[in-house]
Amino acid sequence: MTLKNFAVTFALGSVVLLTAGARVSTAQSHVNSPDPLLGAPSVATETSNVAGVTGHAEEGKHLYRRFCIGCHGPDGNGQGMNAQWIDPQPRDFTEATFKCRSTPTGTLPTDEDLYNAITRGFVTTNMPSWRPLSPQQRADLVAFVKTWSPRWAHEKPGTPLNIPPETAITIESILHGRGLYQKLECWKCHGPTGNADGPSAATLTDSKGIPIKPFNFSTGDRFMCGDTNRDLYRIFMTGLDGSPMPSFADVIQPNDAWDLVHFLRTLQVALPNQELTLWQSYKAAHGKELKPIGPDTAGGAQ
Amino acid sequence: MRMKFFAALGLTVAMGSAMMVFATPPAGSGTITGKVTYTGTPPKMRPIDMSKEPSCAKQHATPILTQNVATGPGNTLQWVVVYISAGDEGTSTPSQSVRYDQKGCEYLPHVLPMQAGQQLQIFNDDQTSHNIHPLAKTNQEWNKSQPPGSPPIDTKWDKPEFISVKCNIHPWMHGYFVVLKTSHYAVTGEDGSFSISGLPPGKYTVTAWQEQYSSKSQDVTIAGSESKTANFVFTATPY
Repeated sequence: MTLKNFAVTFALGSVVLLTAGARVSTAQSHVNSPDPLLGAPSVATETSNVAGVTGHAEEGKHLYRRFCIGCHGPDGNGQGMNAQWIDPQPRDFTEATFKCRSTPTGTLPTDEDLYNAITRGFVTTNMPSWRPLSPQQRADLVAFVKTWSPRWAHEKPGTPLNIPPETAITIESILHGRGLYQKLECWKCHGPTGNADGPSAATLTDSKGIPIKPFNFSTGDRFMCGDTNRDLYRIFMTGLDGSPMPSFADVIQPNDAWDLVHFLRTLQVALPNQELTLWQSYKAAHGKELKPIGPDTAGGAQ
Repeated sequence: MRMKFFAALGLTVAMGSAMMVFATPPAGSGTITGKVTYTGTPPKMRPIDMSKEPSCAKQHATPILTQNVATGPGNTLQWVVVYISAGDEGTSTPSQSVRYDQKGCEYLPHVLPMQAGQQLQIFNDDQTSHNIHPLAKTNQEWNKSQPPGSPPIDTKWDKPEFISVKCNIHPWMHGYFVVLKTSHYAVTGEDGSFSISGLPPGKYTVTAWQEQYSSKSQDVTIAGSESKTANFVFTATPY
């Protein structure tokens, strides 16, 4: 074999290998479509609308194949190649059940809710922030996500929760919120001090039966659905669908809800915040008068 | 004797058909009754420890038992929903609502059948907060907190489905909403018996559903206002 012949053979061989390699990776990243008989929205026509940007599912499909398929899978059911290594599991879009919503429990989220989720990512999970994608690309992905379930063809998103302006952060507000934390049994899962060690904490599973931990306030971690007081208000009012966290929208009045927000901040002992400072100085003077939160103080810890 | 019986049967069927053609009764008067039993070994009904919720524990003189397979004397099965799964077209949604209670950290009744679209009211009669979490798949799942003294939750289910219901705060609480297309259904009592009445003449498929052992079906034909028997036997396994 001459050197020239070798070079030609080598080059040809490389081309064959490269082609084969490309074919394999294409097969693995093929995005399937739901069974048309299910009646899910069509990829060709489904759109989203986020702050004046119109997203197109057709464009979103290409982006999904590039960025999302590894975890959320070719069938949108959260069973991508990486899923077996991931806890919590990637979202199953075929169920159209979403944790972070501005809409009531049991209803579909708004396009903006999905856009915010993609933009923000989910801290303490494997879902990163997709802020590096353009607003147009993120809106395209929102439109595509909606083609995995027929719910998007038959139902409208719920009416977003109205969040009134925040009330003043006072010790009275915190104390009242503390009473609600006792009364509404938040501590049964999140624990008397917000350490995620309440009596029911170890028994919790998500709606697919996979064990799930309640949020631990004491670490100072950001909340999954945003980290402002408004986000915190929205999280417990709308609940996190698919998880054990229920909606309190029907049972807490807006002023009481802000009181609860102010108290929850005092549980975040590893995160310096205004509520915590106020609470610590109050506790230094009146700590002994406080009934502890938990099973022995029936009805209201205030 | 035998000839006489068949002649009588033939006459009954003929009369039934005649009634269908000429009289068409608005609501039928046929009845299907029966008993649901098991063979094999079901799991033991175990006492539930409610010590983590004293306000509930003190409501039960003796601890209540798990109900996923509720058995009675004579190998009977309680909480089996028996319903018409085929042949019962065009039943309308009733105007009265059905009621579901959370009392003593228990769902009453353990299994609640209802029709798709029927109003459902959920009450918390306890001194503790519950969160009511129906794990719907065909319908949309939701999860709501219901502290003591809250008004009842008014809701309904649009599509037929067997919906498992749980309270995440009290993990022993477990029940079912059985949402059906038909208005003809019954739940077995402690003695395993059921009775479905008001059936117009027709050919029906009767299905019995048990939360752990799934469904069994059989065909029953009702002529006139006759009463038929349909017994079901489930094969019980301990887990």
